[in-house]
Amino acid sequence: MSKRIEVRDLNVYYSKFLAVEGVSLEIEPRSVTAFIGPSGCGKSTFLRTLNRMHEVIPGARVEGEVLIDGNNLYDADVDPVLVRRQVGMVFQRPNPFPTMSIKENVLAGVKLNNKRISKSDADALVEKSLQGANLWNEVKDRLDRPGSSLSGGQQQRLCIARAIAVSPEVILMDEPCSALDPISTLAIEDLIEELKQDYTIVIVTHNMQQASRVSDRTAFFNIAGTGKPGKLIEYDDTTTIFSNPSVKATEDYVSGRFG
Amino acid sequence: MTTATAQITAKQRPGDRVFSGSAVFAGSMILVTLAAVAGFLLIQSLPALVASNEDASILDSNFWAYVGPLVFGTVWAALLALVMALPISIGIALFISHYAPRRLASVLGYIVDLLAAVPSVVFGLWGIGVLAPAIQPLYSWLVDNMGWFPLFAGPVSGTGRTILTAAVVLAVMVLPIITAICREVFLQTPVLHEEAALALGATRWEMIRIAVLPFGRPGIISASVLGLGRALGETMAVAMVLSATGAVTFQLLTSVNPSTIAANIALSFPEAYGINVNVLIATGLILFVVTFAVNALARWIVSRRKEFSGAN
Amino acid sequence: MTTTLTPPELRPAASPIANSLTAGKLPQGAPWMMLGASLLVAAGVFGVVAAGNGSEFNWVGTLVVGAILYIVAIWLFSRIVEGSRRATDRFVTALVTGAFVLAMIPLVSLAITVVTFGLARFDAEFFTSSMRNVTGEGGGALHAIVGTLLMTGTAALISIPIGLMTSIYLVEYGRGRLAQGITFLVDVMTGIPSIVAGLFAYALFAIFWGPGTRTGIAGAVALTVLMIPVVVRSSEEMLKLVPNELREAAYALGVPKWLTIVKVVLPTAIAGITTGIMLAIARVIGETAPLLIAAGFTQSMNYNLFEGRMSSLPVFVYTQYANQGNPPEAYLDRAWAAALTLILIVMALNLIARLVARFFAPKLGR
Repeated sequence: MSKRIEVRDLNVYYSKFLAVEGVSLEIEPRSVTAFIGPSGCGKSTFLRTLNRMHEVIPGARVEGEVLIDGNNLYDADVDPVLVRRQVGMVFQRPNPFPTMSIKENVLAGVKLNNKRISKSDADALVEKSLQGANLWNEVKDRLDRPGSSLSGGQQQRLCIARAIAVSPEVILMDEPCSALDPISTLAIEDLIEELKQDYTIVIVTHNMQQASRVSDRTAFFNIAGTGKPGKLIEYDDTTTIFSNPSVKATEDYVSGRFG
Repeated sequence: MTTATAQITAKQRPGDRVFSGSAVFAGSMILVTLAAVAGFLLIQSLPALVASNEDASILDSNFWAYVGPLVFGTVWAALLALVMALPISIGIALFISHYAPRRLASVLGYIVDLLAAVPSVVFGLWGIGVLAPAIQPLYSWLVDNMGWFPLFAGPVSGTGRTILTAAVVLAVMVLPIITAICREVFLQTPVLHEEAALALGATRWEMIRIAVLPFGRPGIISASVLGLGRALGETMAVAMVLSATGAVTFQLLTSVNPSTIAANIALSFPEAYGINVNVLIATGLILFVVTFAVNALARWIVSRRKEFSGAN
Repeated sequence: MTTTLTPPELRPAASPIANSLTAGKLPQGAPWMMLGASLLVAAGVFGVVAAGNGSEFNWVGTLVVGAILYIVAIWLFSRIVEGSRRATDRFVTALVTGAFVLAMIPLVSLAITVVTFGLARFDAEFFTSSMRNVTGEGGGALHAIVGTLLMTGTAALISIPIGLMTSIYLVEYGRGRLAQGITFLVDVMTGIPSIVAGLFAYALFAIFWGPGTRTGIAGAVALTVLMIPVVVRSSEEMLKLVPNELREAAYALGVPKWLTIVKVVLPTAIAGITTGIMLAIARVIGETAPLLIAAGFTQSMNYNLFEGRMSSLPVFVYTQYANQGNPPEAYLDRAWAAALTLILIVMALNLIARLVARFFAPKLGR
């Protein structure tokens, strides 16, 4: 249940503005890849092109190829809705559906697609997903409470449970811990470590310690100046990036000299 | 997905197509309705524009001589209402946004909104049954003591059903509209500006003068233009309160009063026949054009304000 | 905005020196005492006048004159004691508060009048009979109530789907020229005077069914023209309040756009949309002029929207007042009773709308 991602010479535009230029990289299955870089360097934008979420913003478009196990996401007859069922996403701020209970939130991906599911299957899926997100023990007695009744960290794990309930191949995380306190952050980081067994995980983070703790490979993005496109500067094993980077800018960034 | 790109054409599901199709259809219905309003009014108005008093019994000479005094009355009554309502509305809005305790603010706002919920026919009933008799002594006093002022020239109306009373009722009716918009604008004043003024040692009023009012000026202007538009088209309250003779006069307190387009239609339409109906519809078309122009002005002011504040 | 810090324990100062932080200040209760005194003086003046010529005591006059006295007094005293800047501040405070009180006068007066005059005929007969064959006393407004419900209901049935779908189009789909055009035209429609909507409906039906056609459906069409823009505006506001994050969360789960709207966006906004729709109904249910023009009035029951004239409550109020027979009191009493009924309906709709907004709105957190 995990797939290899290959990106070939990808440009991302917002209308006429070139936001990310010429990114090529490969992401191995069952690994954690971290994207780091200063604000506005296009790492989140690039992440969103991996499941075509960037199309939600009017005027956004890409040139180039994103291959998941060899299939181009941007082929003419590809349905973005189906892409997103295979490539799940967790957002910066926890966003459980406020009109739904905890249980309904986990089942949202199934139910919202008008799929019928038997009650026992549903219960099994809820338990499996919540256990997968390390949340089952905390919420098993109050599955019918609204999702917004949980704490921020719990809400974020609920969102992860919701994402894995549709059994994706890849999970994209866009700064999943930036709105959380350190304890909740630790819980999410532990969870990422476990999820790695089954999924390909790509995480955007501003926190370099976090990148070095959770990821196997790290990609450093940078931007030459305001109005210039973001570029992939260096992509290597996390240990290499943090101990012995080959590019000067990467070294400056990870050692805290700028950004 | 709404993005149209060179190399990707997002696949449309049947559900998506049906749903977005019906949304577009509904939006287009608005276009159709408005075109229909303008079109049908125009078709029905055409015979009136060229009619003379031989065709239509309510005309004295021709259509334009008939509609002129009505336009004057409409604009005059609405302006009077605005002059009375605007300062009070700004006061109420300031009271709710910056003077009343925070916890009370929403309740007070709701109370003012209650005024907007009262149907105009009830205002009419109140205006003629309560306001006109109550205010008549004041009119007598004004004519006796301030009759030298042209607007207050006599002889005083015995019933109190003058253009000023109608304007007071109109003012009460547009007050909640202007207040609501001003309140919203005042509440949006950047806290930073307010605190900057207070930190300079300003009193509350000085803070409002420095920070709140300049920020809210475009909002106040567009609110008053919207209120004006509402007052122009208001029908029943004027129809019931005003005892109109159709004269063109600025005197506020006499029994010789101009009528308004809307009130004139409401009063004359039920008994109208033949070309008279077309004449009345044509006056309605003119009212439509006038309110359209006023509302477009308000919208233009609002859109200009957006450019200034950079908020969207 | 103003945070008061408790100052640290002051070291014992050598000797109290002139404190530059204090200034002349009116004592705490002084404004209230001045207000009381001003009102008393005004009441005294009007009491003497009332006793002098035997007329009724003038409450409104007392309030207005008292307020003016207070404004002058507070300004004078504050100017003497506190200086001109504080005086201006107090003057404006008094003015602003006075504006609010002034606006309350018509509201209170209206409420008292409608209730006192309206209760005279607020009886069972009023709600169970029409005006058919009634001259003078008796009779009721059942035909008008039925007409109001039928026409407003029909208008709601047409305008809610169109208005809601239009707002969905504007918020979720609308880009470019068409959306801009529709936004502009909705604004224009909001400003259509109600009587023009009535004329439109009349003209429409006159062209297809001959001049003089006045039916319930024409009234409903007139109300629809007035109701659609209100529904569009309020629903649009509510849909815009739904955080984009929820839409993205649904898209990221592989949910198609239309299902996202139906199952995530609409349920989140439904309380606000309901509130907006009820306020829109409350607004058109009191419309008089368009119904007078397009639906006319009648004395009898009429359940058929497509045949014959149809009365409505606001038009009933107007016709009872305008065509007074003998004795006139009977007609005026019926007008006030209908006005009371109308106000109660409108207030109930407003109240329910606010309650829906308060209790059914989802907690968005944050």
